[in-house]
Amino acid sequence: MSVRILAEPLSVERCMRDVLHGGAGAVVIMVGCVRDHTRHDDTHVEVTRLDYEAYDEMAKKVIGAIVHEAAARFPGTTTSVEHRTGTLAVGDLAVVVAASAPHRKDAFRACEHVIDRLKADAPIWKKEHGTDGVIWVGMGP
Amino acid sequence: MVRVLYFAGARDRTGTSSEDLDLAGRSVGAALAALAERHPRLRDVLPICRVAVNQSFASSDHVVPDGCELALIPPVAGG
Repeated sequence: MSVRILAEPLSVERCMRDVLHGGAGAVVIMVGCVRDHTRHDDTHVEVTRLDYEAYDEMAKKVIGAIVHEAAARFPGTTTSVEHRTGTLAVGDLAVVVAASAPHRKDAFRACEHVIDRLKADAPIWKKEHGTDGVIWVGMGP
Repeated sequence: MVRVLYFAGARDRTGTSSEDLDLAGRSVGAALAALAERHPRLRDVLPICRVAVNQSFASSDHVVPDGCELALIPPVAGG
């Protein structure tokens, strides 16, 4: 199990290697990437870039606890997470979650659990640069 | 002394990423009231912010210890 907060490009391959072992029969990988559009109240907005910021030390701690929680909830699973900080362009990878398990269903469940909990609690923020201005997602200008 | 950290939109509103304030011994709720007094532009966003003390989320009745790190956590948006 590994957790990395990085100011450089993420590696799907590295995350997969983190969770591969002899007992792993399946690896599920979730990649979150920068999308070129979003909606603000019912209005279509084109997104040109995102600036990600993390409270590094706490983010590692919070995501580490989530990864341990997933291992306890889905026995036999192992999870690895990388999250990006800094300025990202459309198509860049923002987050990678890799989960392995003896069988695929638990790998899917562990992967989903970790990304859902990370999005709810990890102290990471993004500033969205779009056609209608610049906002901190979830907070406004 | 307490090291107070401001991130993202909270930093934009205070104009600083950190400052040392005499908040030790107060509850998190009382500390937030002091921050609102000091930085009026924080007032409208404090209700949607969480607080972490020494990198753990803390409730409003949690007492802020001397020498700790208190972070204002605006709505998170990782992933």
